[in-house]
Amino acid sequence: MVASRAIGSLSRATASRMFRCPGYVCRNFTGSSALRSRTHINFGVKGDVAVVRLNSPNSKVNTLNKELQSEFMEVMNEIWASDQIRSAVLISTKPGCFIAGADINMLASCKTHEEVTRISQEGQRMFEKLEKSTKPIVAAISGACLGGGLELAISCQYRIATKDRKTVLGAPEVLLGILPGAGGTQRLPKMVGLPAAFDMMLTGRNIRADRAKRMGLVDQLVEPLGPGLKPPEERTIEYLEEVAVNFAKGLSDKKISIKRDKGLVEKLTSYALSIPFVRQQVYKKVEEKVRKQTKGLYPAPLKIIDVVKTGIEQGNDAGYLSESQKFGELAMTKESKALMGLYHGQVLCKKNKFGAPQKEVKDLAILGAGLMGAGIAQVSVDKGLKTILKDATLTGLGRGQQQVFKGLNDKVKKKALTSFERDSIFSNLTGQLDYQGFEKADMVIEAVFEDLSLKHRVLKEVIPGHCVFASNTSALPINEIAAASKRPEKVIGMHYFSPVDKMQLLEIITTDKTSKDTTASAVAVGLKQGKVIIVVKDGPGFYTTRCLAPMMSEVLRILQEGVEPKKLDSLTTSFGFPVGAATLVDEVGVDVAKHVSEDLGKAFGERFEGGNIELLKEMVSRGFLGRKSGKGFYIYQEGVKTKNVNSDMDGILASLKVPPKYGVSSDEDIQYRLVTRFVNEAVLCLQEGILATPTEGDIGAVFGLGFPPCLGGPFRFVDLYGAQKIVDRLRKFEAAYGKQFTPCQLLIDHANSANKFYQ
Amino acid sequence: MHQHGPSDFTKSKKTLAKPNIRNIVVVDGVRIPFLQSGTSYKDLMPHDLARAALSGLLHRTNVPKDVVDYIIFGTVIQEVKTSNVAREAALGAGFSDKTPAHTVTMACISANQAMTTGVGLIASGQCDVVVAGGVELMSDVPIRHSRKMRKMMLDLNKAKTLGQRLSLLSKFRLNFLSPELPAVAEFSTSETMGHSADRLAAAFAVSRADQDEYALRSHSLAKKAQDEGLLSDIVPFKVPGKDTVTKDNGIRPSSLEQMAKLKPAFIKPYGTVTAANSSFLTDGASAMLIMAEEKALAMGYKPKAYLRDFVYVSQDPKDQLLLGPTYATPKVLEKAGLTLNDIDAFEFHEAFSGQILANFKAMDSDWFAQNYMGRKTKVGSPPLEKFNNWGGSLSLGHPFGATGCRLVMAAANRLRKEGGQYGLVAACAAGGQGHAMIVEAYPK
Repeated sequence: MVASRAIGSLSRATASRMFRCPGYVCRNFTGSSALRSRTHINFGVKGDVAVVRLNSPNSKVNTLNKELQSEFMEVMNEIWASDQIRSAVLISTKPGCFIAGADINMLASCKTHEEVTRISQEGQRMFEKLEKSTKPIVAAISGACLGGGLELAISCQYRIATKDRKTVLGAPEVLLGILPGAGGTQRLPKMVGLPAAFDMMLTGRNIRADRAKRMGLVDQLVEPLGPGLKPPEERTIEYLEEVAVNFAKGLSDKKISIKRDKGLVEKLTSYALSIPFVRQQVYKKVEEKVRKQTKGLYPAPLKIIDVVKTGIEQGNDAGYLSESQKFGELAMTKESKALMGLYHGQVLCKKNKFGAPQKEVKDLAILGAGLMGAGIAQVSVDKGLKTILKDATLTGLGRGQQQVFKGLNDKVKKKALTSFERDSIFSNLTGQLDYQGFEKADMVIEAVFEDLSLKHRVLKEVIPGHCVFASNTSALPINEIAAASKRPEKVIGMHYFSPVDKMQLLEIITTDKTSKDTTASAVAVGLKQGKVIIVVKDGPGFYTTRCLAPMMSEVLRILQEGVEPKKLDSLTTSFGFPVGAATLVDEVGVDVAKHVSEDLGKAFGERFEGGNIELLKEMVSRGFLGRKSGKGFYIYQEGVKTKNVNSDMDGILASLKVPPKYGVSSDEDIQYRLVTRFVNEAVLCLQEGILATPTEGDIGAVFGLGFPPCLGGPFRFVDLYGAQKIVDRLRKFEAAYGKQFTPCQLLIDHANSANKFYQ
Repeated sequence: MHQHGPSDFTKSKKTLAKPNIRNIVVVDGVRIPFLQSGTSYKDLMPHDLARAALSGLLHRTNVPKDVVDYIIFGTVIQEVKTSNVAREAALGAGFSDKTPAHTVTMACISANQAMTTGVGLIASGQCDVVVAGGVELMSDVPIRHSRKMRKMMLDLNKAKTLGQRLSLLSKFRLNFLSPELPAVAEFSTSETMGHSADRLAAAFAVSRADQDEYALRSHSLAKKAQDEGLLSDIVPFKVPGKDTVTKDNGIRPSSLEQMAKLKPAFIKPYGTVTAANSSFLTDGASAMLIMAEEKALAMGYKPKAYLRDFVYVSQDPKDQLLLGPTYATPKVLEKAGLTLNDIDAFEFHEAFSGQILANFKAMDSDWFAQNYMGRKTKVGSPPLEKFNNWGGSLSLGHPFGATGCRLVMAAANRLRKEGGQYGLVAACAAGGQGHAMIVEAYPK
């Protein structure tokens, strides 16, 4: 991910805080530059090789902000001017980060797309100078080399990367709704070929060093070192520098060639792509695929294809011009602002604002080895937590253990883990049927069935004195669960999303009695498990389930009004939801949906009405529980990819049919009936204090419920779309259906004032 | 020939004998010449080499076969036909079929494990006389069919009808035939040892030049020892159908210029570990007669040395694979109540020049001792003039399972020859393990 830092904080830094490499040699150097203290760059000379070391102060990452860029160009100009220097090495001394990207705050402060285009052009010019350098420049990459960092690296003559897990290369701009704006769209296809370049730029995926080597993205790999006479990370960077300096020397002495031997497949591919007709086919195919996947909701991928095409078909000048212009246009789009907002939100939700817990959780126990319990176990053992997985039956436990093993083994198949690492991670898991060892547990997470009396029984059975009791429930109020405990300050909700190893969100629920330390503990565990975390107040349905429920109720009504499940799915996905609404019910489980609607219906009354819950009840009684039972709105069969509508549903739907209302049943109306009920409930959660911040509301909706990322979450959506327009829509639906669509006060306030959720 | 050697230094302890614990002695030990694999031993089987070492030991010591209580051998890459190679070799060497024998494996310290297992048997009073040794034949290693092929062959065995057989055979794919080779790689990390050694050398900033220089020293000292007839543990081996082998054939002192020309063997193209500064694949076997002191004296032997305190250590198999000696040395010294200065002869296993030099640097680093070994201070690095003076694994060769006995005999023989009292043997082993033992010269 492209990272950003506030520029203001950088100016406070002093040169004395800079990391100085002990191998620093400075000799035969004309001018004052080498000794002048700089903020971001330390510059030395080894023989005739200049070594430029990046390390932005007060930050975990280096970003290509204005200060760093200007210092960098100053240093490069001196290198080019010097007679003694024949080559250069560019390296970061910051552990785990080469350059994490451009500073996205630079873009946020721009008012017009022309301004952004100018930023892009400055970047293009800077990297063009590097590319044309007569003195070879070696990029020595250790850690994240992303976005602008990658563009810089591929402008250099040679790249050497550390072969560790932290070293990744990638062009993630598309995930922020923009494109690589400093020559990346033009250089990358030349370096790795058209198909691989499209893959990198359109998916934004991170590429590990060994794969980058095979692709031709880097020229040499350096193995990470273990302990020696210094800490491993420090010595590894030093070693990378030593190796890079030798290669720089070799390049300037013409002992090493920058030409790479291409394999047969690569040669054939590049030959094929030299034929214009083949290229046209590639553009067409990629474009088709992108249109299908983005449904036209995301402008960036199509522009990337366009810019790459322009460069290849019309030459460099046209390519660079198009890149900078499209970059400017994209940075001004709503989609880009929404995606950047999500990025910032994600960074915020990866921090523990409750501080460090008094006692770190080391031993975890999970009750219930079902889908959720085993999923939680998997993400816990993965991060070194000693985990007990307890179930009531050997069959249930075995299934859970197998799920954890399979999750880890799939990583082995993808080469993200070695089989040895898998085994050693798996050894953190203890499966059992009794409560042995619970007396040592620092935290117990219960993931048993959604049944309060069962949870109470479990809470009483567990009885450890010091440990946190967390309940993984999606709807049951935590205070009702806590009522059975003698230590309610130690009871908290941890709402995971299924599948736990894939879904990033964790919703933590605190009651009035939950202590701050308990919250800190739960957040710390969640962060360890790699989750993005929102912390919300207790209440029926908390935040996520509560927002989803009215929308689900609307789903039922829409189906009752005669909209086919397939049609409904396509309406929701074309609005940007990753999963269609009917499919979502199947995935969540019809029985779970029924449970939740009943519970929340009781709690909130009229506002949560709409569809007839009999529909769900009927489905449950017929055994149509969704994917898990093989039938729901659709039929699910092992190995069959295409989904067929469950025709047995026709009768049920027919018996509950209601006539659609005139004027509120167009495709667009249907989409907005769903979305506005969701958004209205989300804003009400903020109004009622269930949510602490709009950011958490957006992150929860997008990462937990699949709210369209291109809209940035319900709150960002209100800001970008306009509160007044949403209120207007709600009023129109209210006229037809009643109170379920009555806009909440906070939303009305925003509509009446110029207030925004994000300033 | 009593020389005034370094042993005149006042020792921390006069002897390492402990009250109420049996003294255990090495009566003598032998080895057949260590040969580069693929040379004169290439048509033999591992137990043939072990047999030759055992016969040599019998001949050298004249020990009556029936007094041997137990036989233990170390080996690493096992010949599947003779998985208990100790038993097959003992039977073939004419030992009593009433003497039990077992085989141990602990990578490059397998023979050390054989010896210390013997020490344990004697110390606990279970045995009085043990033969310990080790063997490795790298000329022939078990190359297997692929797992898929093996599975198909085993299933074919079970198939009853022609139909079943045909249906099994129809699943055959050409890639089933690609063989599985045993690799000198860690199972846990899949990293070859040479690769790990190169990273270790880099971690400790050991230069290519230093590594080449150390390798040259090893070869030069081995050559000198060979020429002066100091490698007295060697017993000649008449190889069936071939000439009698009388000396090691891997000793090849070269020049630094020649060595500098070699390309890196593992981390290409810029690594520092080359064929010239690594130990080579070796065939060989060793054997040693260990007894309780009173038994040896009763039988009229004049033992060569005491086997004293020993330790095994283990650490991270990825980044500290070859640092065994660094961890084991201070531990065994502490256990024995000695200091580095008390040691007159160091015999360390040389897997790679870079490994030895990295261990020297680690042993000489307070930072490393404090941060990785939980010690307050460094132990110090062994003085080079007392270190592997008759060559080492780099030059003499390194048959994985057999090296341990060679190290102990080299230490014992050097103490006798150079007049010292204490020797320290140390070695690293795959799996991130290590070993060290104190050898005390038997008073003359």
